[in-house]
Amino acid sequence: MSTETQAIQELATREYKYGFVTDVEAEDFPPGLSEDIIRELSSRKGEPDWMLEWRLKAYRTWLTLKDPDWANVRHEPIDYQAIIYYSAPKRPKSLASLDELDPEIRKTFEKLGIPIDEQKALAGVAVDAVFDSVSVATTFKDKLKALGIIFCSFSEAVREHPDLVRQYLGSVVPYSDNYYAALNSAVFSDGSFCYVPKGVRCPMELSTYFRINAQNTGQFERTLIVADEGAFVSYLEGCTAPMRDENQLHAAVVELVAHESATIKYSTVQNWYPGDRDGKGGIYNFVTKRGHCRGANSKITWTQVETGSAITWKYPSCILQGDNSVGEFYSVAVTNNFQQADTGTKMIHLGRNTRSTIVSKGISAGHGQNTYRGMVKIGRNAANARNYSQCDSLLIGDECGAHTFPYIEIKNTSAQMEHEASTSKIGEDQIFYCRQRGLSTEDAVNMIVSGFCKEVFRELPMEFAIEAQKLLAVSLEGSVG
Amino acid sequence: MNGANHTMLEIKNLRARVGGKDILKGIDLAVGTGEVHAVMGPNGSGKSTLAGVLAGRSEYEVTAGSVTYNGRDLLGLDPEARAREGLFLAFQYPVEIPGVNNAYFLKAALNAVRKHRGDPEIDAMGFMALIRDKMALLDMDQALMSRPVNDGFSGGEKKRNEIFQMAVLEPKLAILDETDSGLDIDALKIVANGVNALRSPNRSAIVVTHYQRLLDYIVPDFVHVLSDGRIVRSGGKDLALELEARGYGWLEAEAQPA
Repeated sequence: MSTETQAIQELATREYKYGFVTDVEAEDFPPGLSEDIIRELSSRKGEPDWMLEWRLKAYRTWLTLKDPDWANVRHEPIDYQAIIYYSAPKRPKSLASLDELDPEIRKTFEKLGIPIDEQKALAGVAVDAVFDSVSVATTFKDKLKALGIIFCSFSEAVREHPDLVRQYLGSVVPYSDNYYAALNSAVFSDGSFCYVPKGVRCPMELSTYFRINAQNTGQFERTLIVADEGAFVSYLEGCTAPMRDENQLHAAVVELVAHESATIKYSTVQNWYPGDRDGKGGIYNFVTKRGHCRGANSKITWTQVETGSAITWKYPSCILQGDNSVGEFYSVAVTNNFQQADTGTKMIHLGRNTRSTIVSKGISAGHGQNTYRGMVKIGRNAANARNYSQCDSLLIGDECGAHTFPYIEIKNTSAQMEHEASTSKIGEDQIFYCRQRGLSTEDAVNMIVSGFCKEVFRELPMEFAIEAQKLLAVSLEGSVG
Repeated sequence: MNGANHTMLEIKNLRARVGGKDILKGIDLAVGTGEVHAVMGPNGSGKSTLAGVLAGRSEYEVTAGSVTYNGRDLLGLDPEARAREGLFLAFQYPVEIPGVNNAYFLKAALNAVRKHRGDPEIDAMGFMALIRDKMALLDMDQALMSRPVNDGFSGGEKKRNEIFQMAVLEPKLAILDETDSGLDIDALKIVANGVNALRSPNRSAIVVTHYQRLLDYIVPDFVHVLSDGRIVRSGGKDLALELEARGYGWLEAEAQPA
């Protein structure tokens, strides 16, 4: 075996640097799921009856559903009765200010590079920090409030803004949507809520940082973002978890609503623990994300950089209902070692002159399996709808796989569709060429991979584009030596 | 050339195989600082293997012999370490790297070399100023700078890009592996100009070629003929002309063991 091949096989294996555990006293529920657990959860959060009723309906629906088996991923059956559905760090009933936050948790987020001290914050980024099942801190709330922007934990939104939550919750992803969405709707414990009023341009990046810490615990959070007429908001989520030998379930739901002429940019840098190099442990990331371009001239952009998780199952989608509305999906998904990803998007064109763009970049290394699954649906009334899809796969080494499943359904003859796809491989000759010019193997791979991903990275907010590039380098480190 | 030149590269009894087949069967060659050596020979004689072994291609297995480069054991160095020490291979088949900008790539390579030498990294502005003259020298189209490395380049553009990279990186020892193949006469002259511009008393070059034609423009100090993995004849630049007139057959016949 040549050194380049060896190098390629090694570049998937570097220690996950977010794998530490925080020692914090937590209140856990016993494992298992039942109506009693849901009632307990709801009462612990002081929820109104309608919220509990919604959860119970979701739970009863979930009992009638089955795990989806169509995804191109393999895992042992999940024992839903072995999962702890609620784990929260103990703390005073309510925090008067961020200063009262448990120092251990504060340290955790500092270690992760997430600023929850406003003084130390990245300029122009407001953060909601979610630790296991609850939101522990939200920064810059007052500054945003002055503009009429609501940015808070989901629990707080249910208490403080029940009408808004009631109006929009489940309006994009109904609780009966799919198995994991139903489960989430029954047991979601927290998450972020954001409402940007008419004509307001949110002046800072909003961001939620999700951290799983407790063992045997699932994280089920919900994010709901509403941009009213003419509003603009850019939102970013990041995620990490400790290294553990057993798999942990993360089943989130994200709903976006864009009214007339509103724009929502939603960016994800997903770095859940991917499991070790033999495929042991790691997060099952089974997530439902959907945006609804409800009004004319609205726009939703999904950008995702998926480097973590043992298994990723997610299809951030856009329902393009408003005339002239625009949906975009930019994705980089990396699978290394034994990671599996089945990810893509759905663009549902309902309104006239609706446009969508899909750019998907899959990178497979080690024994990773990377699947793009995307649907473009053009409805009867969607005159002059247009879609452009580009779907590229990059293979590193000989033992990984890339798969592409595009689905197209067109009911209006004026539609225009373009689909481009490519598969390439980082060759030993490319790496040797770079080395002969003085570059290390690792720099060569990073350069080739960054070049491959640049169309997606340029959609990310600047600071995060740099982070994402570094993260990519780390996730592929060792796959070429 | 004078006797005071120190030896930049010394190859002793070098043997190498690829895929279990012996290709180099005992090469001895010394290249003094400031010298240009041409290595000629028929197809399959081992010319490209020799170039590849010197650059550190991993598919070639060195089975015996030694190579000393500026006093160091060359074979003990990684390919990137050799490059940073000033060894440059102009590829016979330059590799395409889609997605990686040509100028960005070369800047990264230059900075890797500079870092190794302890020089400060050069920024984008400084780099653009630096390459302007070299681009003119090789008649490089500005558009090629912003395209991906060799991606969609014509054969001639690829070869010119190799020599352009060499002009920017200013190696101590340049190895040109059949740089003339596939070039028309105008491109050949441009490439030769690029190589000649780099000739200096402290640089050396090994020009691997099948034909004498290139040597009309890059005039070597020494010519070596490779046949079946051995150097069977060495001489001055006239040897190339003799080969042009007589072909390789007579040397191969002479080289047969009795």
